[in-house]
Amino acid sequence: MGDLAGPLAVPPGMLSASWLIARKDLAIEFRTRTAFLSALVFALLAATIFFFAWDATAVAAADLAPGVLWVIFTFSGLLGLQRSFGVEQADRAIDALLVAPVDREAIYLGKAIANLVFVAGVEAITIPAVTLLYNLPFGRSTLALAAIALLAAIGLVAVGTLFAAMAVNTRLAELLLPMLSLPFFIPIVMAAAGSSAKLLAGRPLAEAWPWLRILVAFDVVFVVACTLAFPLTLEE
Amino acid sequence: MTSAAIPHVDAPPIMVAECLVRAFSGRRAVDDVSFTLGPGECLGLFGPNGAGKSTLLRLLAGLLAPTAGRCTVGGRPMRDGPVARAQVGLISHATMLYSALTARENVEFVARLYGLANPRAAAAAALDIMRVADRGHTPVRALSRGLQQRVSIARAIVHEPRLILCDEPYTGLDAAGSAALTTVLAERRASGSALVLVTHNLDEGLALATHAAIMQGGRFVRYERRAEVAADAYMSEYRELVTADG
Repeated sequence: MGDLAGPLAVPPGMLSASWLIARKDLAIEFRTRTAFLSALVFALLAATIFFFAWDATAVAAADLAPGVLWVIFTFSGLLGLQRSFGVEQADRAIDALLVAPVDREAIYLGKAIANLVFVAGVEAITIPAVTLLYNLPFGRSTLALAAIALLAAIGLVAVGTLFAAMAVNTRLAELLLPMLSLPFFIPIVMAAAGSSAKLLAGRPLAEAWPWLRILVAFDVVFVVACTLAFPLTLEE
Repeated sequence: MTSAAIPHVDAPPIMVAECLVRAFSGRRAVDDVSFTLGPGECLGLFGPNGAGKSTLLRLLAGLLAPTAGRCTVGGRPMRDGPVARAQVGLISHATMLYSALTARENVEFVARLYGLANPRAAAAAALDIMRVADRGHTPVRALSRGLQQRVSIARAIVHEPRLILCDEPYTGLDAAGSAALTTVLAERRASGSALVLVTHNLDEGLALATHAAIMQGGRFVRYERRAEVAADAYMSEYRELVTADG
């Protein structure tokens, strides 16, 4: 074997490389703000439309709000995920990432971290907006709702990032991503909506616990499975 | 013509391609290609459109898995992981840059991915070599195509790779950019890096090459040492081949 000692110091480990990639994606999003603003405008408009379509005498706010929130989070999240690998396809920037001495899994985790920050950012603005519109009680239930939203975001982002990588090379990427992702979103959204409905109805945390366990279980399964599956999506 | 450095004859090869095959839906885009590159050697790879040159380069870069055969860098299979990839620099006609980031940020990001000790200084030095340091703080989308290509080359050489793969690297470059690139590649050769240079421009390719190959239908139809090649005869033969192929 040849002596290939170059100026190479120490290639970053998986977590360092992930963080570098996430930071780069967030810097790009911070400069352009296109995906975040689109997702945010969509989220706020959807919350408003649901509000005006709501018959307060027929359905209680606490019953309607969880459904509204999770519909909004699901579809606004897809807007950000769509763009996640779009920036890599322009000018084939993905090739430079793939040639670099970082594990494929680190690319996935970096993308997922950036997407998680993106989705959490949309959630951080949408939850107070929906709380105000539907006159929900501020306080512990709002904080618990935020925690559930974050847990659900992990699962949604794990699946969505994988399918975004698969869909980006296809001609029907914008159609394919929701078609592939939404069936896998169902258990996450079901558990998140179930647990948040209990909390917003003022029920004790113990009643939401079974749903939360399902949510955490799906998060773990999706993160592990999608990280391992990601390198396969890069094969041509 | 750029003066060729004397290859380090006794040194072990940097890159070995053994019986590489890559098929797409049964059609062989690369068909049984083998060659070796030692330190300071450069393969000038020519051929008509669709000959399989870019596919071969993507195989060598580890971006494609071979259907058969193997490619090693420093004795390690390219598909083996980060250690082999750390030795490779890829220059292409696609810039592989992020348009929203500045030139410096693009190169510095790559320097960090390669774990360089001082990524900021390395990025500045690479941009300086490509004579684009004064545009370091300009977003890539605001640069001309030629300047973007210079930044892209700075990105590819920032970690001083031992194997540089170039796919039409002169695309979009003006005379100054082309001269800077030729100088960089010649210097990297002289310092012991191996090069694969895919180009339609035989003058540029033969100027740097220690070996020359013509590819057609996925195969090397000619492969010889540059010293054995008479440039004029080679060019006319190549033109005949391309014309016949078209």
